[in-house]
Amino acid sequence: MGKRIGLEVSLSAAEAVKMADVDCIAAYPITPQTHIVEHLSELVNNGELDAEFIPVESEHSAMSVCAGIAAVGARAFTCTSSQGLALMNEIVHIVSSMRLPMVMILANRSLSAPISIWNDHTDVMSVRDCGWVQVFANNGQEVFDHVLFGYRVAESEKVMLPVMIHVDGFILTHVIEPVEFWETEQVERYLPEFKPVHALHPDRPVTMGCIAGPPIFSEVKVAQDEALIQSKSEIISAWKELGDIVGRNYKPIEGYKHEDAETLFITQGCFGETVSLAVDALRDEGKSVGLLMDRLWRPFPFEEFRQAVENAKSLIVIDRAISYGGQGGPLALDLRSALYKEKNEPIITNFICGLASRDVTIDDFKNIYNRSMEKIKVNPREEDFEYYGVRGK
Amino acid sequence: MLEIRLHGRGGQGAVTSAELLAQAAIKEGKYGQAFPSFGPERRGAPVVAFCRIDEKQIKIRSNINEPDIVLVLDPSILRIVDVAAGLKGDGILVTNTKHKADEIRKELNLKCKLAVVNANGIAREELGLPITNTTMLGALLKAKAVVSPDSLIEPLRERFGRIAEKNIRAFKRAFKETELAF
Amino acid sequence: MAKTKTDLSWQELEIGGIVTNPGNAAEYKTGDWRSLRPVWDTKRCVKCGACYIFCPDAAIEETEEGYFEANLFHCKGCGICAHECPTQSITMVEEEE
Repeated sequence: MGKRIGLEVSLSAAEAVKMADVDCIAAYPITPQTHIVEHLSELVNNGELDAEFIPVESEHSAMSVCAGIAAVGARAFTCTSSQGLALMNEIVHIVSSMRLPMVMILANRSLSAPISIWNDHTDVMSVRDCGWVQVFANNGQEVFDHVLFGYRVAESEKVMLPVMIHVDGFILTHVIEPVEFWETEQVERYLPEFKPVHALHPDRPVTMGCIAGPPIFSEVKVAQDEALIQSKSEIISAWKELGDIVGRNYKPIEGYKHEDAETLFITQGCFGETVSLAVDALRDEGKSVGLLMDRLWRPFPFEEFRQAVENAKSLIVIDRAISYGGQGGPLALDLRSALYKEKNEPIITNFICGLASRDVTIDDFKNIYNRSMEKIKVNPREEDFEYYGVRGK
Repeated sequence: MLEIRLHGRGGQGAVTSAELLAQAAIKEGKYGQAFPSFGPERRGAPVVAFCRIDEKQIKIRSNINEPDIVLVLDPSILRIVDVAAGLKGDGILVTNTKHKADEIRKELNLKCKLAVVNANGIAREELGLPITNTTMLGALLKAKAVVSPDSLIEPLRERFGRIAEKNIRAFKRAFKETELAF
Repeated sequence: MAKTKTDLSWQELEIGGIVTNPGNAAEYKTGDWRSLRPVWDTKRCVKCGACYIFCPDAAIEETEEGYFEANLFHCKGCGICAHECPTQSITMVEEEE
């Protein structure tokens, strides 16, 4: 077992990147991602991490540099937030399409305007369809573990896709909490050397990112989508091996008191832990309630969700992002698709809350539960979703 | 679970105090959690930081609205911020002030347990400037042994390097000089 | 016969749509684009090689005698060679003739 220390989650994330022995970090500072990059630049400067640190002039360049690094077969890392992700968007789509493995931490923060440096998932959802493997981390330990997991999955010959780790900005990135480091020997066992299927090399010339017209474009895109869908089996086996090595077990969906529950909360990110305490409180009041925390966002775990909600009568989906003009938050939309016409399809109520880090307490989640129970009694289809705690709503 | 809310001014080290406490708890094998009130850094503005300590994993991540202990790093805050808001019935307010506990209790009409120390005076004498984060940790531990003083020394040394000894002296003096009015 | 790119199924593609046979643009017949063909008058040609240098498609080849001629698989008939020839020894002739 590695050493257990109290450290800011951003710093332990950077330490995990160091343990992954990356070759190059290219990043541009943006709140609340900054501490991760700052610490990495210190590690490189102090000679503790033998890597190139490229202080690029924008996020667009950060991702472009990472594309080049991965294309020559080296290990790249970057991280960003919100507007930085928006600026980088063009290349985010390109690296997954070109099947360039890398890991990016997204310190989740709202997209402007109005300007908000605080936490929600509106930036996450802006890249929902960018073709990356995407996972949510619920605490500092999960962030640490998933950096190593990220490279393991991304660089697998069967996957060859970039991996994005969602970490709630401030609420998680800036918290001091205990993290158990890995032993070097454990990392070596878990994460083999990166051996790309193709790499740019003068001795073996290839063309990457070329044009593809109507006769071939669809085939290339289907191959990409299939790779993301098929990556799930590799993701699950990478989690299993992680469990064998460090003893922490991860699944696409984490359940809490869910098996016998009539009503299930569904969450993403570190809200899940707070909701688990609301579940405890509601259980004390005799309510039949449980929780499913969605860890794997893309590829979306349709099968796992169908199984996990089999016995539930209703779901309370918590979204921290808006699909403007759509019917509810992005998580609820996917769940409705996943469960449509299922036998015993549960009634889905959807609440959007916690935008720009607005505090959502255990009592708030209890209120949400009660509100959901009222709604399903009256007419569950009357409103497809509700903003919680918004004045005037 | 023990919940501590820290009030200070930007740049005074309220966040550092919360961090050191959490690190000390983690060193003792417990679970510790510390975080700032998130926002743009504003030197001088009233700020809040939070710390939780528990024997088991801490899952809650919302702000602390009903603290067991409130720690006030700057006496001038007492009159602008309702620092005792939400303080539990048997909660303790630990504050930096040059006044006696009775005077503060009367002026602010406080019913809770009080612990007071002239941290500005101690910090000026020991550190040469009124940065009270480590001094107020001494007062906190006197009011309630949330961690053992020894567990705090190591994180303090790691954080402060060559000025660590001065900070440790200020910390120990405050531990001795804090007046308890429970 | 090997499958051309437009026959490949998604399973048969290289990862990321990468092209692994370098220089395969040479297999692309651009000669079809030509409506005018360059013709050399060896009586006027001084073998200076300006046409060879200026051809944007590298479609001009040197003959054994040291004169020049177009590789008609690639020559698009742009006429730059004729324009640049210092002795006006290249004429652009209609393909139809």
